Amino acid sequence: MRDQDMSAALVADLDGNFEHVVVAYQHRLYAFALRLTGNPQDAEEITQDAFVRAYRALTTYPASRLRMLALRPWLYQIALNVFRNRVRHRPQFLVPLDQENEQSDMELEDDKEARPDTALERSELKASLDALVAALPERYRLAVVLRHIQGLSYGEMATVLKQPIGTVKANVHRGIHMLRQALDGQKQAESSRAQTHLRRRMK
Amino acid sequence: MTMDRSNPRELGRSRALLQQLRSLGDVVAPATILPVVLEQVGLVEFYAVLQTPIGAAFVAYNDHGVSALMRAPSAADFERQFRQRFGRSLRRVAELPAGLRSMLHQPLSRAKRSSPRFDLRRLSEFERAVLLKVLQIPRGEVRPYAWVAREIGSPKAVRAVGSALGRNPIPLLIPCHRVIRNDGNAGEYSFGREAKRIVLAAEGVDVEALEELARSGTRYYGSDTTHIYCFPTCRNARRITARHRVPFGSTKAAAVAGYRPCMVCRPAQAS
Repeated sequence: MRDQDMSAALVADLDGNFEHVVVAYQHRLYAFALRLTGNPQDAEEITQDAFVRAYRALTTYPASRLRMLALRPWLYQIALNVFRNRVRHRPQFLVPLDQENEQSDMELEDDKEARPDTALERSELKASLDALVAALPERYRLAVVLRHIQGLSYGEMATVLKQPIGTVKANVHRGIHMLRQALDGQKQAESSRAQTHLRRRMK
Repeated sequence: MTMDRSNPRELGRSRALLQQLRSLGDVVAPATILPVVLEQVGLVEFYAVLQTPIGAAFVAYNDHGVSALMRAPSAADFERQFRQRFGRSLRRVAELPAGLRSMLHQPLSRAKRSSPRFDLRRLSEFERAVLLKVLQIPRGEVRPYAWVAREIGSPKAVRAVGSALGRNPIPLLIPCHRVIRNDGNAGEYSFGREAKRIVLAAEGVDVEALEELARSGTRYYGSDTTHIYCFPTCRNARRITARHRVPFGSTKAAAVAGYRPCMVCRPAQAS
C-alpha cells in the first residue's frame, strides 16, 4: 500500500487500519532506531513507543489533517523525537557504544590482513561501516542514515529533520565524505601494515 | 580528500559504499513490536466467558475497560463476529482480571458506578451520552426512552436514543434493557424481546404488572403525604403504601394536582 492510500485508509477507519501501518513500517523504523542507538533493545523500545505515540496523535487529528499527512516522514520524525527525549534523560547513553566499536574495529583489522586487497570484502565493509556510521557526529549520521540507509527523499528528510533542503543535502554529502575518509584511512593503515609485514618477511 | 570522479575504480567504490549503506537498512524488526504496540493502544482485546441470566456471553476488554459483550454459539464464532463488527484482534484469557471480575459479577448492582470502566471511545458523542445516562438507572427500575432523551438534553431525539441503545456494544453491563417504551411495553432488545423480559425479571421488575399498569392509563405514582410523584419502579414509589398511592396518567395531571416530580427518578424536570 502506498503512503497516500494508507493515509486515506486511516481516515476511513483508524482502528481497523492502524495494524497495517505497524506491519508496513516496523522494519524501517526499527532499522532507523537501531542506527540511532546501536542497541537492539533500545531500538525496539523506541520503535514501540513511536507507534504508540503515532496512534495517540492520529486519534486526535481531524480527517482533513489526516488526509494531508505524509505518513512516512511523520513516523520517522516521531521516532527521532522519542530517541532524542530518551537521550536527553540519559546523557551517558552513547558512551559505551564507542568503546565497543573500537574493540570490534581492532578485531576486524586482524582479519583483514589475511585477505587480498583487490576488493573490499562485502561483509567486512558492512561490519566496519556499521561502526563508522555509528561514530559519525549526530547531524551527519542522521543525514546519511535517512538518505542512504532508509532511502528517504531530500524533501522528506527536510520534514523529518526540520531543516532546509540545502542543509540536509550538505549534511548527507559531508557525512558520506567523512565515511569515505574513514574507510580510506583504514585501508591505508592496512596496506602500510601489510607492506611492513612483507618487507619484514623479505629481509 | 579529493575524489577523482573520472577514476572508474573510485566510482565503483562509491557505488559499493552506497549499496552497503543501503543494506544496513535490511533489518527485520523483532516480532514482539506489533503485539506490544496493539496492546498499548488498546487495539488488542482480551476476552473471557461471563455467565448471565440469559446464558453464557463473551466479554471483551482492553486497557480502557470493557469494550463489548456478545453472545455466540462458540468462541470461534465470537472471534469472527467481533472482528467483523469492531475490526480488532482478540486473545482469549482464562479469567477476567480481578478488577473487572468484581465489577462484572455484580454487574447489575444497585450502586451507581461513578467511574464505569467501559471503553466507549469509538462511539459518537451522542451514543456515549445515552449509554452513560442508562448506566445511572438502578437495578430493578426502568425508564422510558423519552426520559433518556430529555435527561441528556435532546428531548426530541427519542428515536435516536432507541437506535443508540440498539447499537450498545456492551448490553447487560450497560443496562439498555432498563429502558422501555412509554406505554409500558418492554420494547426491542438486541438479544430479542424475550431476553429483555427475562433480564428485567431477574432484576426484580415485574414487566407484566408494568404493562398492565400502563394499559390502565397509569404512568406515575404519587404519594398524597409528600405530594411527590415518581416512575412506578422508582425506589421511592415502591415504598408508598397502597393507602397513600395516587396514580397519574401524565406529568401534567400530577402538576395540576399539586405534585412535584421526584428528585431521584426525575419523571419531569423540576421547575
